[in-house]
Amino acid sequence: MPSVRDIKRRIKSIQNIQQITKAMKMVSASKLRRTQAAAVNSRPYTEKLEEVLGRIVASAGEINHPMLVERPVKNAAIILITGDKGLAGGYNANVQKKALMEAHRLEEQGINVEFIAVGNKGRDYLRRRKKNMSMEISGINDVPTFAEAQRIAKLAVSNFLQGQYDRVLLVYQEFITTVQQRPVVKQLLPIPYAKGGEEKEYLYEPAPQEVLTILLPQYINNTVFHYLTEAKASEHGARMAAMTAATENAEEMLDYLTLSYNRSRQAAITREISEIVGGANALQG
Amino acid sequence: MAKVLSLEVVTPEKVVLKEETTSIVVPATEGYLGVLPNHAPLITGLQPGVILYRQGEERHALCISNGFMEVANNVATILVDTAEKPEEIDVQRAQAAKERAEQRLHERYPGIDVHRAELALNKALARIRAAEYNKHS
Repeated sequence: MPSVRDIKRRIKSIQNIQQITKAMKMVSASKLRRTQAAAVNSRPYTEKLEEVLGRIVASAGEINHPMLVERPVKNAAIILITGDKGLAGGYNANVQKKALMEAHRLEEQGINVEFIAVGNKGRDYLRRRKKNMSMEISGINDVPTFAEAQRIAKLAVSNFLQGQYDRVLLVYQEFITTVQQRPVVKQLLPIPYAKGGEEKEYLYEPAPQEVLTILLPQYINNTVFHYLTEAKASEHGARMAAMTAATENAEEMLDYLTLSYNRSRQAAITREISEIVGGANALQG
Repeated sequence: MAKVLSLEVVTPEKVVLKEETTSIVVPATEGYLGVLPNHAPLITGLQPGVILYRQGEERHALCISNGFMEVANNVATILVDTAEKPEEIDVQRAQAAKERAEQRLHERYPGIDVHRAELALNKALARIRAAEYNKHS
């Protein structure tokens, strides 16, 4: 049986751990709130952009912009979005597994796969598995900025247009609820587009094809921004859930340890009394 | 029909501006372009520059970067990467950026990205102009 002092020491250390997990939980909650607000603020832009894109595609007739056209796939790139830090439950592991599965699926079709790692965790994971990684980006802000998204998007677009990749996929954790995420694969390039929007006679300045040239890079930037923001929201959510669970577990452990602490303290007292009584009896006898 | 045109400036990070106006001038890719109420539906690309808009006798300016504008049903929606109100502009920083870009274009070292330098210069000039516009009016 561990001594009273040992138990006391464990209680102390678990209390410390609990303090840390509680603080992390609080921090993640506030970051989650900020990220969610950013996602909500970006919605009007996204909606409008999609609307206009649909309209141009619908009215421009034949589409032959290189960013829209599917071509035979020989090389593909997977952008893997993970966090820079752990302690977020299954957040990083699940999305990494998904990316690897997707890569495997493509490789079976004879397609070369290259990775672009966003976030330290994914980078380390891919490096350990000696995967072909052409680019790594880390230190994404807790609430992603548009400039960061632009950097990733620019990279993907220029390599795509130069023919280095024929398809660019993005793997990230989709935000479902605060405590629920799902790893998903989304196609970034060529742009999966939908014809839509009300038919309306628009004047184009310059011609529709050229407007498309301006619009599509913006669309990609925004899409990446959207996914990045969502991935970050998921990360904060996952970390919050993990830390809530950790705090609860610590609480449970503390209860148990306090009980056995009291028990062994009581046992020590009983023992001491019985020793004294035994000693007194011996003297009398 | 009402003689107003509502102007909405939206960036990925927020809705910057939502106002009723009487006229708008935007830096389109082919040059400055004026839009009045009841304009025909229009989609146009924008380059970094200054948007000018009037509310009756009041005039306002707004500095923008790349983007595009859609006009339909008396609503002008401007989608841009960044947009700044004159009072938010750091003139000194813009001035420094302008000088840097000018120097780069002037020296033309091999390997510099001329296109990028020009873009930077345009952005800096737009900022300075927007800030000055506010001072005069």
